[in-house]
Amino acid sequence: MDYTIQIAGEAGQGLQTTGASLVRIFCRLGYHVFSHQDYMSRVRGGHNFYRIRVSDKPLSASRQSIHILVALDRDSIDIHRDEVHQHGVILYDPGDAAEQPAGAMFLPTPFARLAEEKGGRKIMANSVAVGAVLGLFDLGVETAETVVRESLESKSDEVIDSNLRALRAGRHHVREHCTILDNFRADPPGSEKLMLINGTQAIGFGAVTAGCRFYSAYPMTPSTGVMVYLAGKSEEHNIIVEQAEDEISAINMALGASYAGVRAMTGTSGGGFALMTEGLSLAGMTETPIVICEMQRPGPATGFPTRTEQSDLMFVIYGGHGEFPRVVLTPGTPEQAFLAVNKAFDLAEKYQIPAFVQGDQYLADCEWTCAGFDFGKLSYRDYRLRGQALRELTEYRRYAFTENGISPLAVPGESEHLVVVDSDEHDEDGHIVEDGPTRIRMVEKRLHKKLERLRGEISPPELYGAPRPETVLVGYGSTYGVMRETVDLLAATRSVAMLHFSEVYPFPRPDAFDYLGLLRGARHTLCVELNATGQFARLLRAETGFVCSGRVNRYDGRPFTTDELAAEVRARLEAE
Amino acid sequence: MADKKDYQGQKPAWCPGCGNFGLLNTLQQTLADLDIPPHQYTIVSGIGQAAKLPHYIRCNAFNGLHGRALPVASGIALANHEMLVMVTTGDGDCYGEGGNHFVHAIRRNLNIKLFVHDNQIYGLTKGQASPTSMEGMETKTQPFGSLSAQLNPLSLAIALDCSFVARGYVGDMKFLQHLMTEAIRHPGFALIDILQPCVTFNKINTFQWYGERVRHLDESHDPGDRMQAFEKSLEWGETIPTGIFYRHARPLFTDKIPPLRQAPLTRQPFAQEKTLDLINEFF
Repeated sequence: MDYTIQIAGEAGQGLQTTGASLVRIFCRLGYHVFSHQDYMSRVRGGHNFYRIRVSDKPLSASRQSIHILVALDRDSIDIHRDEVHQHGVILYDPGDAAEQPAGAMFLPTPFARLAEEKGGRKIMANSVAVGAVLGLFDLGVETAETVVRESLESKSDEVIDSNLRALRAGRHHVREHCTILDNFRADPPGSEKLMLINGTQAIGFGAVTAGCRFYSAYPMTPSTGVMVYLAGKSEEHNIIVEQAEDEISAINMALGASYAGVRAMTGTSGGGFALMTEGLSLAGMTETPIVICEMQRPGPATGFPTRTEQSDLMFVIYGGHGEFPRVVLTPGTPEQAFLAVNKAFDLAEKYQIPAFVQGDQYLADCEWTCAGFDFGKLSYRDYRLRGQALRELTEYRRYAFTENGISPLAVPGESEHLVVVDSDEHDEDGHIVEDGPTRIRMVEKRLHKKLERLRGEISPPELYGAPRPETVLVGYGSTYGVMRETVDLLAATRSVAMLHFSEVYPFPRPDAFDYLGLLRGARHTLCVELNATGQFARLLRAETGFVCSGRVNRYDGRPFTTDELAAEVRARLEAE
Repeated sequence: MADKKDYQGQKPAWCPGCGNFGLLNTLQQTLADLDIPPHQYTIVSGIGQAAKLPHYIRCNAFNGLHGRALPVASGIALANHEMLVMVTTGDGDCYGEGGNHFVHAIRRNLNIKLFVHDNQIYGLTKGQASPTSMEGMETKTQPFGSLSAQLNPLSLAIALDCSFVARGYVGDMKFLQHLMTEAIRHPGFALIDILQPCVTFNKINTFQWYGERVRHLDESHDPGDRMQAFEKSLEWGETIPTGIFYRHARPLFTDKIPPLRQAPLTRQPFAQEKTLDLINEFF
């Protein structure tokens, strides 16, 4: 069982509500779901869609072909008709138009009329649509009712009952009128309870479990979801979420909070990060721990505000004036993102450096199902010097020279020791100096010594597929799922594997896993990236000397579906 | 009562005769007289001559970036609202590079004491016009004189309903100490714009120039009257008033944040196992 359902229409027509309800209902029934959204930067109008894939097996990407298209406007039929599977169906509202599309594929479903008749209000067309899709599979009336009740919790019983009547009407209409019901058969779902989560929720959840106490940010798509999640947990988990006047303030506030003694984080997208680079450099010089979540969208400048790209990799690795160590983690799934945030907080505090979790709109918005997260991989250790341990010290120097370059990080105000930090070059006490020898020792301390140790913390890339592949798809970040499914699609006829880097800076050493040997042994090494210039391929070459035999780049602001990537890979291999 | 000597920091690198010395001395005396030990306060600064002050006084210090002292101070005041947070900054640092932060820090009303060393010129970069330079002041980078209108920080702050707005003068140290004491005692965001001659680069607004004009606000002035405060703040000419222009008890930002009711964030213990149940929300 593997169906793709797409809700399409204008912004403001409720496709978000319809899609979100369906995703939750399928998940609750025990089916695996993968959804991705394509929306324009506007609150009303335009053309948007919500693509939902449903299966009884785990999913990690979208497919190309649509089995059920719910067209909330006529444009959606024209735009997506070619993508609809030959045995698929298009549900659309016939309205009172004289001209109607013909064919077994088209199932006129009067969303608005049924909503008005059964629910009393046109706005309940969403519920009619949800009922109609479920009707095609003859599925889940009770579960749908539970989900609708949960999502309308704050509404009156009357509103809930009206929505449920609308839902049942949609379902009934489809069961009565659809002539190709046989095309839609739901296999029995697994017995395992599944969770449903998207990237920004996973990052927010990761921050709470990592002990994040302070999050300051300026709203910017596609990072805002992290702020929304944390704000919702603020009261219960004692987290301050402050909306700063700009990103400059956001990062400086987080640094102030971190200096004061709590775990702090900020989040933004490329344009906001551009404003943060000055503060990033300040974190480097003052050795103040901070976690930065950078969720990419296509640039330059405002670019495509609501779409996806992986074009800030170099920016995040090299951004900020001067030289200082940093960590850049590039998770590919919600679980990886959850664990990456935990690791970022740990490394940021352990080494007193900035640590990045970099994602993109695709990772931010895609919803995945899974049985749970691996809490065994979480860590929490408070590296700060505070309380009794700090009071017992006879002497304290914020930038004391140590064997490993890491100086004790004291919490100001908890003892008589003074904590002095400076953005100027400074001595061990934190006071301004201008002499060469101190400068050299400080650079060695905060950069060379720490970076050397930091390299040992970085995990090797993940290999999926053939152990000694002839073809390797190389990538990082949010292409994880689609590369993995592409390997599955191609594995029947080819020796193929994916090599995915979820930790890219410092670049992983090949000692734990000789991935360079694997790459050198392959005939085709294709670096898959959602950018125009192949930033990861360049990084790989700069750090290891390995040059990929080919690059697959996409830069139209859209993610790859498995079918598109598989077709691209096949074409490349056949061309050689 | 503590001794002022206990507050001595590094040797200042300011020009001899700089107005900053009087300001530093007054701040040290104020803290000594209030008997606040150095570890109980944090001084945040940006960049500029004023921003070097935290090195010259014993304190917890965060000497950050140009213009960015207030955001850092806000982060500290939010994470530890029992810490006394002071900002020492200049007219360029605070009103120029940090202008946006100045506006929004006032809106928040965190418990931050903002001491602006206002010498109406850029000292560190050697004599360019600042936002508070008087219109027409000629410098190497303003050959036709400063063309923009002079920024009035007091009027701006009163317009934003800043909870404590004062002007001091380093040539009047006793009065300045009174203002600093009141600012520190005031529960909320407090601005003191402190007139401080730059003896090297500002040849107009000298000790003599200020001396002839600076006068304490009349005793009849009511700092609780916002309109009167605004009117007084517009005075700049033959007479330049100093004193507390406006004082208004506004609710503290941190009092409105439920997570801070039990203790400052820095003292709240964290238990990871209590956060893991959040996963149930996704099932």
